[in-house]
Amino acid sequence: MAKIKALTGAEASAEAMRQINPDVCAAFPITPQTPVMQKFAEFVADGIVKSEFICVESEHSAMSACVGSSAAGARTMTATSSAGLALMWEILGIASGLRLPIVMTIVNRALSAPINIHCDHSDSMGARDQGWVQIYSENAQESYENTLLAVRLAEKVLLPVMVCQDGFITSHGVENVAVYDDNKVKSFVGELKPYKPLLNVDDPVTYGPLQLTDYYFETKRQQEPAMEEAKKAYQAIGKELKKITGNDYGYFEEYQLKDAKAAIVVLNSTAGTTKAVIDKLRQKGKKVGLLKIKLFRPFPYEEVGRALKNISSIAVLDRSESFGANAPVFGEIKNALYDAKSKAKLHSCIFGLGGRNIYEKDIEDLFSKLLTNKLKGKEYIGVR
Amino acid sequence: MSKEKLKGYKEIPIGGLITEPGSAKKFKTGDWRSFRPVWLQDKCTHCMICPPSCPDDCIPTEGNLPNIKRKETDFDYCKGCGICAQVCPFKAIEMKEESGFIK
Repeated sequence: MAKIKALTGAEASAEAMRQINPDVCAAFPITPQTPVMQKFAEFVADGIVKSEFICVESEHSAMSACVGSSAAGARTMTATSSAGLALMWEILGIASGLRLPIVMTIVNRALSAPINIHCDHSDSMGARDQGWVQIYSENAQESYENTLLAVRLAEKVLLPVMVCQDGFITSHGVENVAVYDDNKVKSFVGELKPYKPLLNVDDPVTYGPLQLTDYYFETKRQQEPAMEEAKKAYQAIGKELKKITGNDYGYFEEYQLKDAKAAIVVLNSTAGTTKAVIDKLRQKGKKVGLLKIKLFRPFPYEEVGRALKNISSIAVLDRSESFGANAPVFGEIKNALYDAKSKAKLHSCIFGLGGRNIYEKDIEDLFSKLLTNKLKGKEYIGVR
Repeated sequence: MSKEKLKGYKEIPIGGLITEPGSAKKFKTGDWRSFRPVWLQDKCTHCMICPPSCPDDCIPTEGNLPNIKRKETDFDYCKGCGICAQVCPFKAIEMKEESGFIK
């Protein structure tokens, strides 16, 4: 039976880590990630988990320690935000290139400058091409469940996984979270069977040798089929997790989308606000819907294309910019719709940078503009 | 460079791992050399200073103390760093441009 606990998103991630009981955790505090590791450090100090907790001196060191521990054959987890993720940058590619199944909670926060501690997605979106699987979570419940799924997924396909949630909005907001039975979760997560662990002296291996023009390309070429495999494994493992949680683990969630004339595409917490607006507008007979992306890397182009191709007017909301280019989510949706030969009117909307709030009213206005074809070019929601 | 045929991405261990111990031996680094240590046997006293000074362990020896003797440098691995010439008290090793030895 699930226990309902009042948890913040950060505590929900820590709760997942308590049940996973990873061998090693190396982390450095950064707002708004700090309460994830603060709560987990409490579990370590109280002897509730057996994890080795390494307090490192920076995020560059945190990810480096994770790389070493994962290569040694230990189940390894960490968490970070914003500048912390930026400082890990070099090591992110090493973790994915060495095929180490590290799981990391990202509590999304804006990048400097100007310095800012609030939510936007420029940190994880900036890291989208570093070879990590990325799963986005709408609320505390999803952060908890996605973390459980991520551990199995990472170890199945040997790729590191980021599980993202919105800074403060999700990480510091208390919600009712259904925490599933410890034993059931533990048996779902299982034991790590490491691939070629460094500490196995009977089968000596070298991690991270120099590969120049002769083999670098081949090693990188292997990461693409691993991502394809991750897409399949995500669904298979999701089905297994559903037996415990009763929830679906699609690549995305469709909310009132089937007969919608206007749709919004967004990820993380703003999807919740959008659902509330859709409920209101549907009562007035407006055919509006939502597609909430959950799995962003690997990106489910074909499936998204199928889900959106008959909708005439679509707005893609991005909480980060790609200056001088299509915004990260918008670009992917445009790609998917081109392949699906869609004729939809597609609009890019930037919102919420540096934690600027987006309200139901903003989304209602957006839907009404979508339904009356009043959107022109790129929109900025809530900027002066 | 190894003379083995280069493998495709499906044939190599994932993550660029090397799964065979001691495989550095297959990587012949001698072709990096631009200077060659020429061993002048008439001056050499087999004092045994040069073999342990070689960072690539490519000055072979035979026999045991006190009758130990060095042999010719292993040019498959010698990178031509010149440390052996530098440490030799008898000037029995001379560094010469590698280009003079190319046939």
